[in-house]
Amino acid sequence: MIQIQRVSEVTRYLRELLDADEVLQDLWMEGEVSNFSRSSAGHVYFTLKDDASALSCVLFRGYIERGVKVPENGLQVVVHARLSVYEPRGTLQLYVDLVERAGLGELALQFEFLKARLAEDGLLEATRKRPLPAFPKRIGVVTSPTGAVIHDIINIVGRRYPLAEIVLSPAAVQGADAADSICQALRAVEEYGECDVVILARGGGSIEELWPFNEEKVARAIYACRIPVVSGVGHETDVTIADLVADVRAPTPSGAAELVVPDVQELRSQVRAQQLRLWQRTAELLASRRAALEQVQVLLFRLSPVDRLAYCRQQSRELSRRMVMRIQYRLAVQREQVDGRQRQLSSLSPLAILDRGYALCRHLSTREIVHSVAQASPGDSVEVRVSDGSFRSKVCTPERRRGKACDDGGNEL
Amino acid sequence: MEETSFEQAFAQLEETVQSLESGNLPLEEAMALFERGVKLAAACNSCLDAAELRLKQLVPSLDGGFEAEPWQPKDT
Repeated sequence: MIQIQRVSEVTRYLRELLDADEVLQDLWMEGEVSNFSRSSAGHVYFTLKDDASALSCVLFRGYIERGVKVPENGLQVVVHARLSVYEPRGTLQLYVDLVERAGLGELALQFEFLKARLAEDGLLEATRKRPLPAFPKRIGVVTSPTGAVIHDIINIVGRRYPLAEIVLSPAAVQGADAADSICQALRAVEEYGECDVVILARGGGSIEELWPFNEEKVARAIYACRIPVVSGVGHETDVTIADLVADVRAPTPSGAAELVVPDVQELRSQVRAQQLRLWQRTAELLASRRAALEQVQVLLFRLSPVDRLAYCRQQSRELSRRMVMRIQYRLAVQREQVDGRQRQLSSLSPLAILDRGYALCRHLSTREIVHSVAQASPGDSVEVRVSDGSFRSKVCTPERRRGKACDDGGNEL
Repeated sequence: MEETSFEQAFAQLEETVQSLESGNLPLEEAMALFERGVKLAAACNSCLDAAELRLKQLVPSLDGGFEAEPWQPKDT
């Protein structure tokens, strides 16, 4: 009996067959790239071929975004892929998740492959990197209990930040059991629970010696650790998967020790800086209060009655001075008036005329004033009074002035 | 020495300086902050002076977990 199958049933059957094949699901293949193209959605299509055969490949955009390299035409590459059927066309297609140039060593390929897978799972996301505590109290150290690394870490932490405590979680850092030992030591730190940061460290060595730090279980143990992990593996040029997953990668074990703790000298200067601000601010506050006080004092003095009192005192002095001056003036004027009257009086005195050379003549016996020659007879004794005294004289010849009445006294001498 | 005291004292010192620097405080309050700051700075310094690195090693404990015991590295 003939059973007629539908095309889609056959292609699905074929796809399920291929998908169930372990070998085809985990292929490492080398070949030359051709027919490279990129779709509008960002997926990359190319053909991988050797001198006898060719296979269609697709590299989805998501891998490219997570750092998988994009091939170029003519390039000899190694890809990791799974083979499946693209059912709409019934074609075989390689679903590529890693592209590396041909000629890399096996460890390098493993490294890139693991890195790509961890990226796919989100273990390398920058957003997941956790901040380190500024002042760690207990620092877990996962490393060998012997050797230079733990010594260096102790020395550096002891010098930079002796306030911390170092909690060694011993691990074998090379050999077949190293990866398991590291995972267990990390878990021990977690379970102990008192550490606030973990250093995962190992000294320099060959890529094989450092290999435990490139193993997936170590990467996943670091990712799973609830405490921030700082890696310091090998020399500065060595980059391991552990470095990529750790919250912070230090170039060396010593570098990790310097990175996890602040420097006590730096802290001292920070304390000094705070002290300085404290003093400065307080001095400013006091100075501003003092300035405000002085301002108020100035105001107070300006408003005080002292000045008013002085003004009044000056006013009253001025007034009394003016009063005295006025009185003195009035006295002087009156004195002047009295003196004037006296002078007037004395000029009117009959005796005053004598000062001007006139003389007064009287009969010595009768005391009668001789006005006219008629009163004087020769031989009469008269008294002649002048300004400063008097003398006696005798009348000789009275002679009447012409034109004068004859009864005028003859007083010519 | 209490192990958290530097961090705490320093945080309090920073806080004290900040509140002293912010705003117009009554003089008494400012002087109280100043005194507090001076004490905290001294506490910070004495924490740093007194500190001595402690070393421990994790060993499995009887209950299946881990405990830390004092430890000295052997000279290499």
